[in-house]
Amino acid sequence: MHLILFLIFAGFCLAGAINLLMQTHPINSALSLIVVMSSLAVLYLLLGAEFLAIAQIIVYAGAVMVLFTFVVMLLNVGEEEKTHGSKIAKIVGFPAIFVFFSIATTVLLEAQRHLDSLKMGGIRLSDAMTTLRELSQVLFTDMLLPFELTSVLVLIAILGAVALARKEGHS
Amino acid sequence: MNPALWHEVPSSWYLILSAMLFSLGVIGFLIKRTLITVFMSIELMLNAVNLSFVTFAHDWHAVKGQIFVFFVMMVAAAEAAVGLAIIISIYRSRATLNVDQVDLMKL
Repeated sequence: MHLILFLIFAGFCLAGAINLLMQTHPINSALSLIVVMSSLAVLYLLLGAEFLAIAQIIVYAGAVMVLFTFVVMLLNVGEEEKTHGSKIAKIVGFPAIFVFFSIATTVLLEAQRHLDSLKMGGIRLSDAMTTLRELSQVLFTDMLLPFELTSVLVLIAILGAVALARKEGHS
Repeated sequence: MNPALWHEVPSSWYLILSAMLFSLGVIGFLIKRTLITVFMSIELMLNAVNLSFVTFAHDWHAVKGQIFVFFVMMVAAAEAAVGLAIIISIYRSRATLNVDQVDLMKL
């Protein structure tokens, strides 16, 4: 059951990500990114992170992507113009991605096979969920200072966004 | 196929999925020519890294891994707000979102 769910939603994720690259219109890319994020929320649920699954849907698939689609529609962005692109990206970028992906895959598969010390076991549906209670206990004791700092960060981000998007000439 | 395998997915599969999504994000960052889709590729990369955080948190029964993902989400939301404001102000001053035409800081 877990395998089937994993395969379905991993497929959705990859299909959405590839569609994001193939589409030339930004609104189609934004919608396929929503597919990716929603299927990632299901994968989080399979991994036992119930709070993060909900937060993923509310924050990412909801708030952030609404902001994206809003900006795409506000600016009336049209079809992407095809240009030749950067030469450095072609020469260095793509081989580097390929090398990164190959190394990561090889290392992960080897680690799964040989290294018991890494505790990379299988994941089952019956595994315990991380409840909101456990999560908030750590968040509001050990991680209290970073948590408060993020609220300052969000405040600064709001002020920065308002300052940047404001019309010129008004004071 | 071993029937026990139907109930169990190796955690490396999740990590490989994460690596795939990250690579696709980097490819999108390189080939996309509209500023806003380049920004979407960055979000895709952030999500890929979040997936590997959650997988490791599950493997090691570490709640702190999930809290890291929570922080990444907060920072990503802040980053999206500021980034989109920057995109709007670029569009206002240049009337284009093509990355080839926004090259003031290019050598």
